[in-house]
Amino acid sequence: METTRLIMVAVGGQGNLLASKVLGEAALISGVQVRMSEIHGMAQRGGVVESAIVFGEATSSIISDGEADILLGFEPSETLRALNRCSKDTKVITNTATLPPFTVSIGKGVYPEVENIKELLKDKCASLVAIDAMALAREAGSPMSVNIVLLGALIESGSLGFTKENVIEAIKRRTKKAFLDKNLNAFELGFVAAQNYNS
Amino acid sequence: MHKLLNDSPGEKIMLLGNEAIARGAIEAGVAFATTYPGTPSSEISLNLFQMSQESDLYFEYSTNEKVALEVAAAAANSGLRTFCMMKHVGLNVAADPLMTLAYVGVTGGMVILSADDPAMFSSQNEQDNRYYAKFGNLPMLEPSSVPEAKEMMRYAFDLSEELKQPVLLRTTTRINHSNAFVPFGDMKPRQTKGEFIREPSRCVTVPAVSRQLHVKLLEKMDKAKDICESSDFNPIKGSGKFGIIANGVSLHYALDAVKDLGIEEDTKILRLGFSNPMPEKLIKGFLQDCEKVLVIEEGEAFMEEAVKAFAQEAGLMIPINGKSKTLFSRLSEYDPAMVRGNIASYFGIEYTPKEKLSSDNVPPIPMRPPNLCSGCSHRATFYEVKQAAADMDIICPTDIGCYTLGFLPPLNTGDFVICMGSSVSTSCGFGQATDQKVVSFIGDSTFFHSGITGLVNAVFNDHNFTLVILENGITAMTGHQPHPGVDMERFGLDGFGRVNIEKLVRALGVEHVSVIKPFKVKKSIETIREALEYKGVSVVLSQEPCALYAKSLNLLKPRAFKVSERCVDHKDCVNTIACPSFYIEDGRVKIDADTCVGCAVCAQICPENAITPVKK
Repeated sequence: METTRLIMVAVGGQGNLLASKVLGEAALISGVQVRMSEIHGMAQRGGVVESAIVFGEATSSIISDGEADILLGFEPSETLRALNRCSKDTKVITNTATLPPFTVSIGKGVYPEVENIKELLKDKCASLVAIDAMALAREAGSPMSVNIVLLGALIESGSLGFTKENVIEAIKRRTKKAFLDKNLNAFELGFVAAQNYNS
Repeated sequence: MHKLLNDSPGEKIMLLGNEAIARGAIEAGVAFATTYPGTPSSEISLNLFQMSQESDLYFEYSTNEKVALEVAAAAANSGLRTFCMMKHVGLNVAADPLMTLAYVGVTGGMVILSADDPAMFSSQNEQDNRYYAKFGNLPMLEPSSVPEAKEMMRYAFDLSEELKQPVLLRTTTRINHSNAFVPFGDMKPRQTKGEFIREPSRCVTVPAVSRQLHVKLLEKMDKAKDICESSDFNPIKGSGKFGIIANGVSLHYALDAVKDLGIEEDTKILRLGFSNPMPEKLIKGFLQDCEKVLVIEEGEAFMEEAVKAFAQEAGLMIPINGKSKTLFSRLSEYDPAMVRGNIASYFGIEYTPKEKLSSDNVPPIPMRPPNLCSGCSHRATFYEVKQAAADMDIICPTDIGCYTLGFLPPLNTGDFVICMGSSVSTSCGFGQATDQKVVSFIGDSTFFHSGITGLVNAVFNDHNFTLVILENGITAMTGHQPHPGVDMERFGLDGFGRVNIEKLVRALGVEHVSVIKPFKVKKSIETIREALEYKGVSVVLSQEPCALYAKSLNLLKPRAFKVSERCVDHKDCVNTIACPSFYIEDGRVKIDADTCVGCAVCAQICPENAITPVKK
């Protein structure tokens, strides 16, 4: 398989490390090589968490600025902040539900308009899928499933070449039994939302 | 059963680098492991701690890295396979035993792991610990990938036993915190009890003995060099006129770049994985038919300087470069595009980097710095100290832990920090060198690590400052590891003692010792004020469990607060304590009931008493 480079950005607590684990497992099931790198030093304290996942032939486990093939953003302002990781060829998938940083509350910054974020991402990158993953996660039964909703949208893009079945199997192996039904719902809702977004 | 104890050779699973390292130690039959936790090494010890609870592996969280290394040195000199791991700056703390343990050597295999942190994702400096191997005469191994980290761990124990010498395994964050598929190997049996055989001419380092040991040490390093010359961990890949020498993660950036640039036919790459001592013959042979050589290594020019010296001895005049203004930096970490660009420019290969996206029209994005958690007791303590010292010109030396974040606005409590324990000793110096009032902060784990000796110094030399010990009952920053003040029954473990910090501080001779419960704001401010007014050394113990830890133990019964109609919008709460549970909606302060833990500090600060509990 050719190399595909995926960057995931999230805020601490949004579950992007679990999402990476599910993707890693899906790669194992699909027989695809994968290497991942995480930066999560201060994640528990509300900071940004970034995962770089390299699928396929390349042997590096990090991704340089401008070289992500796909950017999956768990929070719209963080997706925009990661624009330096993208090129005009990058496919972008983002959650539209905001988690304004604390600096906004204390008047040390203004949160950008989500519509503006979407326009910028669409203009500068190859494609954009923007869904309210929080609303879909709630619909699926748990606000904790935002990560799995976004995985659904990611898999729908077809960029990783994983079948839906393999990813569902990976979710079964890697997420807690108690949340399995909700997570499977969440995955399907994300998948369908991405389909509808495109059409 | 712990997943890393699975005796299933050949099985392949996705592991974090640190899990792979722990597994490598288990496969090698490690019997004895010690550490002081520190990112990026912490998950190695966490996994060993967990495994020790369901196997006969001995593991301990030691009080600091020097203690950890000394405890381990004794085990390794009783014939046990021993593993001591720490972050890079931890090796500074352990440097004293390290340098002379190298003279004494070991009888059981001993691996010391240093987890370096280029780019300082979670560290106060980015020192290159490869120099410790050279400085102390320790054989060194450096993995380039997660699966190789496991293989090197296994080999490091064998090498240590062959040389009777501790081996340094040096990683970087991108190994520790990367994931990859790792095949499990077989597990050697663990020998958990050894015997110390008296050997004063090796183990008692008086000058007459050490003079002999130094001779033997250099002989051991000669032997290590022979092994290194033909080590499988120093492979040469490809052939051609372009020579690349790389180590660690840089190897993979180089391999990918050579492929991307289409110069595989012209390039040969030497990877130094067994990198101290340097394989002199191997390197000289490698250089022979190169036209040009590029050395790719994050950090200092450790390999480059050696390679240039070897070239000089071999009478070679070929260009050899690595660190320069136009090539690689001594700063931060490398990445694939940087390495690709530098390889292309150095060897004269045509290459157009991907066009950068313009940042036109992108609005400023508000920063998202890490913050003390909702209900963190440190926030309350910082606020109270500021209130108590409102009319004083204070200096606030602080220390390494979550509470270092107190230096950020609006708390602004944290003026000086250089290393673990420095809050206490620098307070001695600031108190003497200035007429400013000194109030310093240290966490309980850090106090045990290296704050106690500073406090003894303060009592003996009659210094003048107030030390606030933030006693939250756990090592919070690195992921809730125990320390000597922790009640281990909370972990469901028996067989542990417990050190009471208040008694300890009193026993050290501190005459003014007080205790606060930081969520009682008014009372705490009064108590702190008394301590500040005391001339001499005073200690305030701020006792409240880490909110995150208490939550994980279900000890915390969150009872959220809300902002009532009485609010007249001073925003004192937001502006003075900046708890992340506050948010602004339509210009008014609100409290997020999902994250508020009910510490009630804001309720006590509000001049209108407008913050009240949410009724159930």
